[in-house]
Amino acid sequence: MPVAEPGVGVETVDLATTPLRELNARLHGAGGAGIASRWRVVHPHGAHAVAVGIDAEIEVDVDGHVGYYCAGMNQLATVRVHGNAGVGLAENIMSGTVCVDGYAGQSCAATGRGGLVVVQGDASARCGISMKGVDIVVHGSVGHMSAFMAQTGRLVVCGDAGEALGDSIYEARLYVRGVVTSLGADCVEKELRDEHREELGALLAQAGMADADPAEFRRYGSARRLYTFDVDNAGEY
Amino acid sequence: MCGIVGLFAKSAEVEERLGAQLGAMLAQMADRGPDSAGLAVYRDPAPPGATKLSLFSEDPEEDWAAVARELDPRHDGEVAVHASHAVLVVDADAPTAQALVRERRPDLRVMSAGERIEIFKEMGDPRRFVERFALAEMQGTHGLGHTRMATESRVTTQASHPFSTGLDLCLVHNGSLSNHNRLRAELRREGIEFQTDNDTEVAAGYLTWRLREGASLDEALRGCLRDLDGFYTFLVGTADGFAVLRDPIACKPAVLAETDDWVAMASEYRAIAVLPGAEEAEVWEPEPARIYSWERAAV
Repeated sequence: MPVAEPGVGVETVDLATTPLRELNARLHGAGGAGIASRWRVVHPHGAHAVAVGIDAEIEVDVDGHVGYYCAGMNQLATVRVHGNAGVGLAENIMSGTVCVDGYAGQSCAATGRGGLVVVQGDASARCGISMKGVDIVVHGSVGHMSAFMAQTGRLVVCGDAGEALGDSIYEARLYVRGVVTSLGADCVEKELRDEHREELGALLAQAGMADADPAEFRRYGSARRLYTFDVDNAGEY
Repeated sequence: MCGIVGLFAKSAEVEERLGAQLGAMLAQMADRGPDSAGLAVYRDPAPPGATKLSLFSEDPEEDWAAVARELDPRHDGEVAVHASHAVLVVDADAPTAQALVRERRPDLRVMSAGERIEIFKEMGDPRRFVERFALAEMQGTHGLGHTRMATESRVTTQASHPFSTGLDLCLVHNGSLSNHNRLRAELRREGIEFQTDNDTEVAAGYLTWRLREGASLDEALRGCLRDLDGFYTFLVGTADGFAVLRDPIACKPAVLAETDDWVAMASEYRAIAVLPGAEEAEVWEPEPARIYSWERAAV
């Protein structure tokens, strides 16, 4: 793991003139020396795989829209996108924070195992698909099939959720403030108890929405009829 | 995987540079579709009563002025040649003009017919297509393009996109359809002709049939949601604009962007990023099963 060097300076990388592989190699500590603790990436122009695979406690600000798989597999780092992100933002995030000012495309934080992903706009379809421990807070709405096969972690949606929310869900916890178009197989509404209001309040505060009232949200989760297979439930599949 | 691009001009400056911008967008989508590329551009309306045809010849030495005179002995021989294609205006209505080609030059393919549309498509690297067809020199009000990675049928010029779906209408597609064989058979019974075993041509034929039967473009596109099985992001070009539709599952990507000067659609944002003012554009992902359309005000 590369060690971040504390310092006041910000390392700026211009993707209009620097190859993407060079940016990512430098973020991975190529050369063996310590790496800067603060980075700014300019002119991403929708490039894919920007700032993927970071494994260091650094901060990266990306000025502009990014393409697919931005900040995938992130560990420890804080990556902020000042723009929109395409498909697969923070895919398989392990830890750290990934934040997008605009919207996120499909499959945001897919299979994420830890860390926090914040989308200030809307996230598209399949947000949090197969999430395995990541926390996701979407200030806007999410598309259809969000939290499909979600295993653990929390998904917070301040707007609405599209069709088949939480289809085939395991033990992830889903909080939605707005309208849920429909719940997927084996996903049910559950009571919002004090401990849930508390964890929701903490997540909202972390995501810059401390003003939001946790009591306005509804909680959804697994009815636990599907994932421990029982032949009597075969018709549900 | 395939790449789609579309650009709709809202200012004279963008009209002037339409081909250059679409060429830059296509080049960005080259690695989504390295097998072939195509473009439909709308411009220079034919005079009333006349029809503009885009024709394709297998013969690189084709004498296009002679073709024009074969179709119409009074033709002045003025033909715009673009690599393997030529655009010519025939002084006849569209059914007559197309029948003339079938009768006198059955070896030529009619890629498009109408008042404003021109279609060019060819196998090979999209970046080479942009150069060969000199997109940088093309002006127009709007246009759409496609880069193809073939999955459902062979790599040929015929199976490249855009597909003509009627007068001044065309379709480009990213995705694959699973019920195209049955639907093709049904549409053949309705008198729709097909030149390939390609799935997108069936979608184009479906739209042609629905429009022929009196459906509006909106109704025909809604019909796709019911009658087409498979994955698709469609971009449909019309004489006055274009429309975007994604299937209800929406696995295939699409991004829309709009400024005061243009509306753009692409499979990925990086194709839009090359446009002037892209960084200030409103950018969003079109919702599944919803039709988005833009039209020029009547001139």
